[in-house]
Amino acid sequence: MAIDTITQSTCYHCGNDCTEGHYHFDEKSFCCVGCRGVYQVLSQSGLCNYYTYNDHPGANRARLDKRFEYLDEPKIVNDLIDYTDDKITVVTLYIPYIHCSSCIWLLEQLNRINPAIYYSRIDFLKKQVNVRFSNDGMNLRQLVELLFDIGYEPLISLQDIVKKQLTGQKDNLVRKIAVAGFCFGNVMLISFPEYLGLSEYEQTFRQFFGWLNILFSLPMVFYSGTEYFVSAWNNLRNKVLNIDFPLALGIAVLFIRTVAEILLHTGPGFADTLCGLVFFLLVGKFVQRKTYYHISFERDYRSFFPVAVQVMEEGKEKPLPLSELKVGQRIRIRHNEIIPADAILLQGEALVDFSFVTGESVPVAKTLGEVVYAGGRQTGEALELEVIKPVSQSYLTQLWNNEAFTRQQDNRMRTFNETVSKYFTIVLLVVAFGSLFFWMPADIGRGLSAFTAVLIVACPCALALSTPFTMSAALSIFDRNFFYLKNTAVVEQLARINTIVLDKTGTITTGGSSNAISRHAEFTDLEKQIIYTLCSNSSHPLSRQICQVMGEQPRLAISAYKEIPGKGISAFVNSHQVKIGSASFMHHGVAVNSGTEVHIMIDDVYCGAFIFKQSFRNGLREIFGLKPQYKFYLLSGDQDHERAAMAEFFGDDGYMHFKKSPQEKLDFIKSLQLADRKVMMIGDGLNDSGALKQSDLGVAITDDVNNFSPGSDAILDGKSLCKLPAFFRFSKDTVNIIHISFLISLTYNLIGLSYAVTGNLSPLIAAILMPLSTATIISFTSIATHVAAKKRKLL
Amino acid sequence: MSIIYFLIGCSIILALVFLGAFFWAQRHGQHDDLYTPSVRILLDDQPADETKK
Repeated sequence: MAIDTITQSTCYHCGNDCTEGHYHFDEKSFCCVGCRGVYQVLSQSGLCNYYTYNDHPGANRARLDKRFEYLDEPKIVNDLIDYTDDKITVVTLYIPYIHCSSCIWLLEQLNRINPAIYYSRIDFLKKQVNVRFSNDGMNLRQLVELLFDIGYEPLISLQDIVKKQLTGQKDNLVRKIAVAGFCFGNVMLISFPEYLGLSEYEQTFRQFFGWLNILFSLPMVFYSGTEYFVSAWNNLRNKVLNIDFPLALGIAVLFIRTVAEILLHTGPGFADTLCGLVFFLLVGKFVQRKTYYHISFERDYRSFFPVAVQVMEEGKEKPLPLSELKVGQRIRIRHNEIIPADAILLQGEALVDFSFVTGESVPVAKTLGEVVYAGGRQTGEALELEVIKPVSQSYLTQLWNNEAFTRQQDNRMRTFNETVSKYFTIVLLVVAFGSLFFWMPADIGRGLSAFTAVLIVACPCALALSTPFTMSAALSIFDRNFFYLKNTAVVEQLARINTIVLDKTGTITTGGSSNAISRHAEFTDLEKQIIYTLCSNSSHPLSRQICQVMGEQPRLAISAYKEIPGKGISAFVNSHQVKIGSASFMHHGVAVNSGTEVHIMIDDVYCGAFIFKQSFRNGLREIFGLKPQYKFYLLSGDQDHERAAMAEFFGDDGYMHFKKSPQEKLDFIKSLQLADRKVMMIGDGLNDSGALKQSDLGVAITDDVNNFSPGSDAILDGKSLCKLPAFFRFSKDTVNIIHISFLISLTYNLIGLSYAVTGNLSPLIAAILMPLSTATIISFTSIATHVAAKKRKLL
Repeated sequence: MSIIYFLIGCSIILALVFLGAFFWAQRHGQHDDLYTPSVRILLDDQPADETKK
């Protein structure tokens, strides 16, 4: 029985709770028409195995009002597809919802729904599907509609994130590692006989092995290792000493000395150390490079806007690519669509949600003839607008292109590695030249030998590896907890933060317009109808929300309707006198002290109130446990009507700032930085993007990492906000681990140096020391990071 | 002991063949997606005429 009730109450498709009035099909419950529709499509095609691999694999399909007419436009289509000819078309689409094995199974069976699809292949990590279809059987729009119908809506945007990422990665690191590994293996093999000792009659091999070693070292230095020379040279020209300089020096000295020793028959050379060094360094580089294929940290306004917009021409609607939208054109914007350019409202009741652009949480009503700025999301009926500025010059995009917002980062903190390697290089050079000059008067050969040996043995391989290995281990622990960092340097930034600035709408509170409405009253059916009737006459955002809460009700006769701005509305409904509005409008309302209130009075009898309160994200209280080591500021673009509710968290008013424009937010962050604070900004909207960029660490918070979020250093999933204190502590642990591993590698260097300065470094010792120190560092960092994560309960 | 020359030659040629095979696989995108095949192999094939609900 228990199982029965569970299957009854959750949607078979998406797993949501089915509220009253849910839908049935095939003895299964569905929460909405959309979910049932998906099930019908799948069952007709015999694809119900979709539901056997995972429970409730589907996405909720409550919204059915998507339009894809613009995909008939050849100009847009050509930008999206990979290849087309007379017969077939190949396209790669990005589908954020791909998340489980059922998704893979279903999307690779697309040809059973439409035989015109020849082939479909998923790349799970990139969340892409590659489809090849026949031009006779379908077109791109039909394909996208099919995907939408089965609950996998592709994300089509002006800024194709995934394709851009693919073109960005062309440095052949994997090839270089392959070559390095090949040479390293062979050189090790060939060097062994030398260490084991070659007998008298085997001397001829010595030369042979020597030549082979030189041969294998050539690709190491001139192919795999080139980037170290390039980087060292570039840094030298910029007068910076970074870790690549001693590395490049080490590689060069190793190679020259190896060649010299073999040619002059003075020794076996250090080819194995050289190959090992380059190989491990490249592996370290590979480990450090972590890409989130499905997340983009560099999104800008273009990925926020739709690809195309419906333009009215001679009374007909026609899709037009956004880039071709001109001043004077009439556009039609439907419910939940984004207004792409500054425009004048010509027709329809505009109720625009600007929460993402300005941080203002309540939708704004606009009257006919008023200018509506780009970036707002229309809620309600369809609008007709006339464009007054091109997309690229709208208020929103200008804001984005503002110099202060696009400025290159130069105020970033230096990483530990950068700081240390500067001194390291100087000390290394002093020791090397010191030993050269010490031996020079007596024995030039020994002096040169000592000089090169110092550079070889002190080559900071372990040092160069400690940071990437620790950081990449830390990064994977962060992303297990839904905190996605742009790169490894961000971990160190996180450890140094001492000031946290929070945005309000969407960051502390969830959702823009979806305020929680609590009803402080019980209504009879008649009262509900009365309230609904009155509120449906008003276009005030709060009235709209009350209507939604009341649900669809029969409308009653209404007369003497009056709306007093800022106060409330009153009318006679079915000859009952009704007043809905603020407490002062009621004369004797019961004041409840938090949030926005709307009171109701029918026939001079007080009936109760609706309280509109923004719901806070879970775990907000945990964050404030970081006080007093961390300072907290609130920085909101919203009105200050929730000041009282926020004071509980932020303390006195000096820490709360309301009604800030995006530029003011940026300036505020700057002023904190001038006061020597290390600032972390947490925000979610376009209005925070300047502040996110200016701050030492910009974190975009979102409920769905695949959704649009402003450009940032890190993306935090809303449900992990409560773990923020643990993240801070863990990042500090990580930095400590790097310090300790630095000490370890320094110890190895000192041991090596003690041999080197005397000029008696044998290749065997170098060949043992280098891999040994590397192995120690790698195992220490990965074990220590895991222990630290366990301690902070992040694993 | 001159056989060593031959043996080392063979081993290097063999290793070069493997390196070449790796490059070939890399160029043909065999390493582009290292995750999905591991899931795909667990999904059963289903006869096309099956209409089980």
